[in-house]
Amino acid sequence: MGKIMLEVKNLKTKYVTRFHEDVYAVDGVSFTIEDGKSLGIAGESGCGKSTLALSVMGYYFSPLHYISGDIIIDGKNISGMKPDDVRKSILGSEIAYIPQAAMNALNPTQKIIRFMEDVIHAHDPKAGRKEIRERAEARFAELGLPPSVLDKHAVELSGGMKQRTVIAVSTILNPKVLIADEPSSALDVTSQKMVIKMLRELMGKGYIKSMLFITHELPLLYNVTDDIMVMYAGQIVERGSAREMVFDPVHPYSHGLMNSILVPEEGTRGNKLTAIPGAPPNLKRPPDGCRFAERCKYARPECRYSMIPEKSFDAGRMYRCLLGVDELKEVYGHE
Amino acid sequence: MSERAIEQTDFTNRPLCLSGRGVTKIFGLGDKRTVAVDHVDFDFHEGEFVSIVGESGSGKTTLSKMLLGLLNASEGEIFFQGKPRDISTGRKKKEYWKGIQAIFQDPFSSFNTFQKIDTVLLDCINMRGGKHLPKEKKIEMMTEACGFVNLKFAELTNKYPFELSGGQMQRLMIARIFLLRPRILLADEPTSMVDACSRATILDMLLNLRDEIGMTVIFITHDIGLAYYISDTVYIMEHGKFVEFGKADEVILNPQAAYTKRLISDVPKIHEEWDLSTVDLLSQK
Amino acid sequence: MKNTLRQVFHSPKFVVGFVIFVAILLTMIIYPLFNPGNPLAQIGVGTFAKPGTYVSLYDATKAKTETFRLPDAEEKRLKASLSDEDRVAMVEWFTAAGVDMGDLDLQDTDALLDLWNANYDPSLRPKGMITARVNYFKRLNNALQELGGGDTIIIAEKDDASGELVESKKILNTDYVNVNAVTNVKTLPLGTDNFGRDVLKELVSAVGTSLLIGLIAGVVATSIGLVFGLLAGYVGGIVDDLIMFITNIFTVIPGFVLLILITYSIGQEQRGAAVVAAVIGLTSWTWTTRSVRSQVISLRNRDHVNLSKLSGHSLIRIVLTDILPYIASYVVMAFILQVSSGILAEAQLSLLGLGPRTTITPTLGLMMNWAMLYSAHTNGSWWAYFPVILTITLISFSLNLMNTGLDQVFNPALRD
Repeated sequence: MGKIMLEVKNLKTKYVTRFHEDVYAVDGVSFTIEDGKSLGIAGESGCGKSTLALSVMGYYFSPLHYISGDIIIDGKNISGMKPDDVRKSILGSEIAYIPQAAMNALNPTQKIIRFMEDVIHAHDPKAGRKEIRERAEARFAELGLPPSVLDKHAVELSGGMKQRTVIAVSTILNPKVLIADEPSSALDVTSQKMVIKMLRELMGKGYIKSMLFITHELPLLYNVTDDIMVMYAGQIVERGSAREMVFDPVHPYSHGLMNSILVPEEGTRGNKLTAIPGAPPNLKRPPDGCRFAERCKYARPECRYSMIPEKSFDAGRMYRCLLGVDELKEVYGHE
Repeated sequence: MSERAIEQTDFTNRPLCLSGRGVTKIFGLGDKRTVAVDHVDFDFHEGEFVSIVGESGSGKTTLSKMLLGLLNASEGEIFFQGKPRDISTGRKKKEYWKGIQAIFQDPFSSFNTFQKIDTVLLDCINMRGGKHLPKEKKIEMMTEACGFVNLKFAELTNKYPFELSGGQMQRLMIARIFLLRPRILLADEPTSMVDACSRATILDMLLNLRDEIGMTVIFITHDIGLAYYISDTVYIMEHGKFVEFGKADEVILNPQAAYTKRLISDVPKIHEEWDLSTVDLLSQK
Repeated sequence: MKNTLRQVFHSPKFVVGFVIFVAILLTMIIYPLFNPGNPLAQIGVGTFAKPGTYVSLYDATKAKTETFRLPDAEEKRLKASLSDEDRVAMVEWFTAAGVDMGDLDLQDTDALLDLWNANYDPSLRPKGMITARVNYFKRLNNALQELGGGDTIIIAEKDDASGELVESKKILNTDYVNVNAVTNVKTLPLGTDNFGRDVLKELVSAVGTSLLIGLIAGVVATSIGLVFGLLAGYVGGIVDDLIMFITNIFTVIPGFVLLILITYSIGQEQRGAAVVAAVIGLTSWTWTTRSVRSQVISLRNRDHVNLSKLSGHSLIRIVLTDILPYIASYVVMAFILQVSSGILAEAQLSLLGLGPRTTITPTLGLMMNWAMLYSAHTNGSWWAYFPVILTITLISFSLNLMNTGLDQVFNPALRD
């Protein structure tokens, strides 16, 4: 077992709406990522996966509020820190964050090298311009980005190039955890592939120690991360290795999700897609029992009011359902 | 839901529903002149499920607007049911739109948020000449249409579209098509804004709708896996041109055009290894 | 709709603006009920009577008197009759005559008078003092000796037969009358203006007229702007080009200059409040057109508009049902701003003397114009113009607050 880079223990956070209602977007999430590993989070929009990303990096700016739980980055607990301190001392050096529209966050009036200077100066105020340029050029060369990009403005770059530049800039300090929230969803497939290749190289060369990758595209997740977690209504419903999750999901929700994958591969045309009716519960008043019970084909009456425990099985797998693994696999087999 | 037939029906000897010859759209003049759609030919047959696959900027949305008659073609001619399409006057347009309808990408912007769901559906009945039907008959029709997409009309009446989820809204759009019964349905990325689980439902409903009404479905998408799964015929579009078209199995499993090959290799797979070495990081894309 | 209203009234800015505005409106409605009559009635003969309560002296002499011996009455009287100017003059003499003043307090009337009576010598001619000044001090001394002098004022009436003055009433300095016993008392909280008119009454009436002018200007500007903006944005093409051409012409000509020229050429006689309001509206629609147009252009390509077209709806129906509701909130905000700027434009015009001709109803701008013409600002009659400025500020402040509040509700991106 490698060293644990990121550990999240029973994290609970909420949004406060303008009418002072609480929305429990992340409700008791625990997971760990080891050194050199990547973890994917899958789930439909509104399941809390983006909120989880913000919560893990301690970005508690209104309307997001911290309730309880621990976030430990390489042994350092940041859960009690003020968001401003987190921004100053943790972001960039410990955690880097790449949102979906990161490429649009670049100030159009500045050259790329200035962003590099900003990031490095935040960590090392004495770094000289020449030193920064050398460092940036070396990193760009290693990641396969043309060094000429450093002297361009954001508007001169294509969307894919901008996104890769943002990733290169935000990981220049070799953060321990990289949180990528749909980093390639706004790009075309070719640029997406480049972004993925670059993330893999960052991991492979050890510039980032671990990665939390969030997307709703399951084939992408399968190809990027070692492990996959499926999130539903603010909770983790299943976790396993990428292969296990895609080909052998246990939780009825993950089962449905994995059975809706569409890839242009021979033999997939005849597959029957699993449709899950209904909509996720309102997180202002989460249900007492299983949050998926309303939409679950296999739900039993007790599912609606019992506390659903997280159960471990096999090696390092976990799921959240009243039914046993064998029971579930049996019903899937009958379909 | 039954297992889908894998073998492909041959549509080429069915009557033509919508076809085009040399259809072109040019925006701007002089330096700003861009050719969005460049002399494309196409033949969509009755009952055919056609996908037009392209990346953003390929011109697929411009083409769809021309097919719908929301944009005029700069050059070329579009034929509707074998005859040259004439949409020169408001009246003729209105008549044409009885034959072709659309479902758009973003369900949240597809509805007028100030109109109740009843209004949306009643409008469809009126458009089909059912304006003077008795109220009970209208409600019966609306209930049937909602039932087709697994929605309960009784629960939707007097509600506004924004009270529904994205998936439900998109299903309501299908209910609208069910009431309108057009000859052609143009679906412009109808599942790209809904969740994976709702996507399966919507795709199933589109297939059922095609079988129920016997209409042609033109499915515009950027997702080649989705196009492969759902369509009979696939058209691959790049820079305003069709680079390849044919039966879904032939085009996807045995692509001929370099662009199609690249597109397929760039999409992450789950059964095959996704080859990352094919991309050149130094390219300016 | 209900939810939107709830959100609007959750915006503190809107609520503050709304409360101020409603308070102004209520004052405008309720005050005339307590104080009816023509707001432009000239009640005073002089100009710029100070704010305060006025008691009829005539009636006061007729009222029943009571005798009070108040210990500080005499002192107060002295104090009131010894002006600041006199006090300074006395000190000047002391200094010139080399009198030791010690730590004399100018306001200590008793000490000052004692010192004067002890030291003043009419025969003394301090060094360097000119004769005129010496004589001035003699007069001052005479006046000081008579201060607080008589205990009694005698009111005499002329006897018609003999032509002699006959004493009819003696008023002692210990006589008091109850204010409530005086028949005629007039409170003027804001005094009178240059024509002797009650400023407060005039102000309340002026607020009404100015709001009406703002409302007419707002309706005119918003209607023109809305119609042009909708047409230019939705129809596009040549219609758009034409409308934008006109709009650009109106935009490059400074609006206020145009306004001055138009009102000037209309002539004094035709310039009623409504005409001025309409002219203000006619010169300020351009930015509504521009912003409505850009909003409509962004809406025009929304899918619901396309679907509405596919449903065979007519242009008018699409504009009314699929476009207008989406920009309604925006139009309301624009309207509020137009009302506010209409009121300000009227004030500016009237200040220049190009306001409504009216002598029947006052407007906020006219009040300022009168105050300026009669030099209220140089002779210290602040009450003639300051309340007007304050009212204009409050009205446009409240309207702008409401607008900002609405903006925050309807454009969530602006929320903090």
